[in-house]
Amino acid sequence: FLGAGGGNDIQWCFSQVKGAVDDDVAEADIISTVEFNHSGELLATGDKGGRVVIFQQEQENKTQSHSRGEYNVYSTFQSHEPEFDYLKSLEIEEKINKIRWLPQKNAAQFLLSTNDKTIKLWKISERDKRPEGYNLKEEDGRYRDPTTVTTLRVPVFRPMDLMVEASPRRIFANAHTYHINSISINSDYETYLSADDLRINLWHLEITDRSFNIVDIKPANMEELTEVITAAEFHPNSCSTFVYSSSKGTIRLCDMRASALCDRHSKLFEEPEDPSNRSFFSEIISSISDVKFSHSGRYMMTRDYLSVKIWDLNMENRPVETYQVHEYLRSKLCSLYENDCIFDKFECCWNGSDRQVDIVMTGSYNNFFRMFDRNTKRDITLEASRENNKPRTVLKPRKVCASGKRKKDEISVDSLDFNKKILHTAWHPKENIIAVATTNNLYIFQDKMN
Amino acid sequence: MAAPLGTGAFTEETGQEKQDTQEKEGGIPPERAEEAKLKGGGPNLGQKPGGSDFLMKRLQKGRGGFDSGDYNMAKAKMKNKQLPSAGPDKNLGGGDHIPTPQDLPQRGGSLVTSKLAG
Repeated sequence: FLGAGGGNDIQWCFSQVKGAVDDDVAEADIISTVEFNHSGELLATGDKGGRVVIFQQEQENKTQSHSRGEYNVYSTFQSHEPEFDYLKSLEIEEKINKIRWLPQKNAAQFLLSTNDKTIKLWKISERDKRPEGYNLKEEDGRYRDPTTVTTLRVPVFRPMDLMVEASPRRIFANAHTYHINSISINSDYETYLSADDLRINLWHLEITDRSFNIVDIKPANMEELTEVITAAEFHPNSCSTFVYSSSKGTIRLCDMRASALCDRHSKLFEEPEDPSNRSFFSEIISSISDVKFSHSGRYMMTRDYLSVKIWDLNMENRPVETYQVHEYLRSKLCSLYENDCIFDKFECCWNGSDRQVDIVMTGSYNNFFRMFDRNTKRDITLEASRENNKPRTVLKPRKVCASGKRKKDEISVDSLDFNKKILHTAWHPKENIIAVATTNNLYIFQDKMN
Repeated sequence: MAAPLGTGAFTEETGQEKQDTQEKEGGIPPERAEEAKLKGGGPNLGQKPGGSDFLMKRLQKGRGGFDSGDYNMAKAKMKNKQLPSAGPDKNLGGGDHIPTPQDLPQRGGSLVTSKLAG
């Protein structure tokens, strides 16, 4: 998988990069979420400033078979604004924590976006014609003097330049005391869940004034709090099943048919810990930052600080595979604790529905990102950098030298830039196109065709 | 049974580490070595990593914050002193500095279009 080609190995090439070039990053520009829609035609990003930018893939030009369509800006809007909770004297950040697309039902596109407290359903629709020929109004909107109207005409629709409009259709507010970390749309396409540190709520997409609490792990006495919910997701096929992960590295699978309040799990996934390896950092680095079901729903993937684990839903006592993302950081945990990097929340994703490959991807530091091929058991490290800017040139694999003599082209652990973190990545649902977010830039890579 | 971390039972754990050295190359397992660095340098940690204080801090993550009690106490103190010059102060609402509107972080600055769309 070292970019050498052959067989089904994917050769990744730079395609596009979006965002400012300068190093001085405004906080609002920090990308906080990236998500393809179900067809892959649209790619949404959310940022710390509460803004959503949606890119649309160009229709493929039949004569240009050497690359797939480029992504260009389709729509951009302010999803969330900063708010102030007067009761608690706390600011509510406008940062978009997650975006999830609804499957397309009609001409318009819908997505859910959430900050720490409020989820919003946005409708993105196209307008490419407008009515002209009113009797009482001029084309510029001014009212005509009625006494000058001597004939009547029927207004007609005429084509206009495409306008893409985003409007908030539902606001799901006031249901979360703690900070929302996840939203997940159910396979019934009618309901969705939202999860905060201690509770998970079930919503109906049409109803904003009511929400069912389905998980509540808040202890009666807060002094007894030992773990928090870190992520949650609905099963892709079973509409009564969902999972949630915790800061202690466990995943609980719940079935909503069992009871209204799913405080008792149906399955508990936990890898036994080696007690001789336990340290102050063990619990912190075992905290799961992301959980994602495989497309089939048979497996799920979790990301903790140092690794990616694949779990078979039929086996609770250990993962079936574990991939080390950056094991060389285990001997740097003290510094990473002091500079807070140990709390960074990396996401992970599966490749799209291409059955020929079974690959998982996640980010790391120094703008590196990693892919693990479950079939070949090989892995690769690539870098999102403007220096690799030539389209159709295969990206060069990177290697980190953990200790000892550094080979040429390797980078030593101490030279890694821990401010350059790739927390968010997304894989096109059907093609080998990936979107990788650095702090404030969005990179799009494609596999080399022919 | 190992005593909870950070309560002075460190010697018990060092004993265990010595057992481990036979298995691990180069001595102490990396995580334990990192833990030793943390305890050696910094102030007393005192709390279980998974303990409620640690998680409570996580639950209350939030910018700014204004405590009217703090504000009035500080105002009373300031009565006979000169107000300090209002420079940017990240620690709003706490301590002696009374926040003024100029101190508050710029909000709504993101009404500018995202540079991703540029």
